[in-house]
Amino acid sequence: MSRAATGSRRARLAAGAGALTASLSRRLGRGEGTVIGGRVSLLVDRDALAHLGAGRTVSLVSGTNGKTTTTRLLAAALGTRGPVAINPQGSNLPPGLVAGLAAAPPGAAAALEVDEAWLGVAATALHPATVTLLNLSRDQLDRVAEVRRLAERWREVVGADAGSHVVANADDPLVAWAASAAGPDRVTWVAAGQPWTDDATGCPACGAAIRFGEAGWACSSCDLARPAPSLRVDAGALVDECGERHPLALALPGRANRSNAAMAAGTARRLGVALDEALAAMASTAAVDGRYRRAPVGGAEARLLLAKNPAGWLEVFDMLAPTPGPVVVVVNARLADGRDPSWLWDVPFERLAGRPVAASGERSRDVAVRLHYADVAHRRIPDPVEAIAALGPGPVDVAANYTALRQLDARLGRG
Amino acid sequence: MSPPTTPPCASSTPASAVADVGVCLVYPDLLGTYGDGGNARILAQRLRWRGIGAEVVTVRLGDRLPATCELYVLGGGEDRPQALAAAELRRDGALSRAAEGGAAVLAVCAGVQVVGRRFLTADGIVDGAGLVDLDTVRGLPARAVGELAVDPDPGLGLPRLSGYENHAGATTLGPGVQPLGTVVRGVGNGTGHGDGFVAGRMLGTYLHGPVLARNLEVADLLLSWVVGTLPPLEQPAADAEARGLRAERLAAAVGGGARAWWRRYQRGT
Repeated sequence: MSRAATGSRRARLAAGAGALTASLSRRLGRGEGTVIGGRVSLLVDRDALAHLGAGRTVSLVSGTNGKTTTTRLLAAALGTRGPVAINPQGSNLPPGLVAGLAAAPPGAAAALEVDEAWLGVAATALHPATVTLLNLSRDQLDRVAEVRRLAERWREVVGADAGSHVVANADDPLVAWAASAAGPDRVTWVAAGQPWTDDATGCPACGAAIRFGEAGWACSSCDLARPAPSLRVDAGALVDECGERHPLALALPGRANRSNAAMAAGTARRLGVALDEALAAMASTAAVDGRYRRAPVGGAEARLLLAKNPAGWLEVFDMLAPTPGPVVVVVNARLADGRDPSWLWDVPFERLAGRPVAASGERSRDVAVRLHYADVAHRRIPDPVEAIAALGPGPVDVAANYTALRQLDARLGRG
Repeated sequence: MSPPTTPPCASSTPASAVADVGVCLVYPDLLGTYGDGGNARILAQRLRWRGIGAEVVTVRLGDRLPATCELYVLGGGEDRPQALAAAELRRDGALSRAAEGGAAVLAVCAGVQVVGRRFLTADGIVDGAGLVDLDTVRGLPARAVGELAVDPDPGLGLPRLSGYENHAGATTLGPGVQPLGTVVRGVGNGTGHGDGFVAGRMLGTYLHGPVLARNLEVADLLLSWVVGTLPPLEQPAADAEARGLRAERLAAAVGGGARAWWRRYQRGT
């Protein structure tokens, strides 16, 4: 028997074992069960990722912020051509990738988000057609590799994988440096913005200061500078390299999501979906794994926003209802959030002054102390559901970090 | 971003004039990974709350460091930026002059290593700014990550301190330099049982959080070094919340006895 046939049989066995486990887990009421299913598949077949990815057009999406939303928008665009495999509930480590691939029909395209530190593993196994690189900034202070190390690893991945096309954010110096390893013919540059610049003031190539200005950014010493973008967002339209404007009307709020859509559309175009068609397919996506969903809580109407690090918060300020719209800040510090919430001090919470504000979550005291020093009047209400109700009636924006948002999404039910 | 400007407190204001107290945040783009910029905000805010004018002077890489601020704050950072910060401080010399002139210095984590004589990076041992007789030339057996609790030297009149540490270097103090205190939970300097240092008006620690958010008494100690006896603070709610935060984090650190023991056992310390 040929090695390929053995691999294929093992892959089927692995996928079957995973599906069985997932189903068992669901019946036991342990959630959707897909990720544990992926873990079991990997136990049966160490190369399950490579086997399940064979024969598919795979797109990988990575970055500190916007992975889940960009991947969902990309899947919507690629969905105009047929079924698309995606990660279950934004699970972006190998078990989640395996579970997503196993659940889709053979040969279906795949749009998969990958944790920043796992991009190399995923690219090696899946030989992606496209790799979409969004941004890099500080996140999970206690456990993830230094931001600069991640950029170095990305650069190695991009340089080693000659078969893929890279769609990269020209406005983030760390991303631009990593993606430039692909050479100009293999990169589509998108001006996707990066309002947070504090993790890129030292040039990733030479260490000298990077200067940011209206026209972009450039190293003060070496020749690293913002690449000329093919695609940019301008006043409700995506503008291509010919200057043609493609209407960008999203159900999702904020500058960050227009950028996510631009990155997804640039990727979809590379895979044969025209920009207008891709953007039209994204327009109706209104909530992504609980993010941006609205739910009634007592007399209040909560809108859930994900804010898990300083760069993400800068984007969330742009999405909030105008002052004096009330805001609940919910922060946990579990393993998936990072155990160290010191990053709260890198967020300009002073901007919340003049609104009714509540500090909430398992680390509500950290939030409250930060708000005191920002001179923002607030109440500390550890239970986020109580906090939302207390700031009602009417619309209440809820900015929650990763596990806080998941908990809240689950508690508010699927209504 | 606006071009670098001369920091306001760099102009030599006579000490007698009613000038704002300058709190210099040193290279937050190099030494700002762990929210330690919050320490500068807190120092300035605790002065303002007392009716004393205060200004945070943020000095980024490439800007000139003023020698005339009353307080200087250095935070944690990654290896290469940390080495760059030390090289800039040595070249510039303003921090040394300010410290010799009686300014207070708060150095956190990488900041501790940077103000010392030498420290270890991924690229080898490099020279620090040389303000304090301490070395960080050995790595810890395993990176120290977690809640850190410290009983300060009784002479400082401070309560038990709380913070979060995240570093890989072991710091050895020179013969004339005292530790800030004794480690109750966590690693701290990683040589003996001490954390940080106190040398004249310079105070160093491995406590993030930021350290002054969880430990307002350390903020007021630093402020008293440069402005003398502090008027009482009319912010009981803020201080009660900060003390509550410390109590919560100390309970999580010291209360987690079995887990903490297991961590120490795994580290072999």
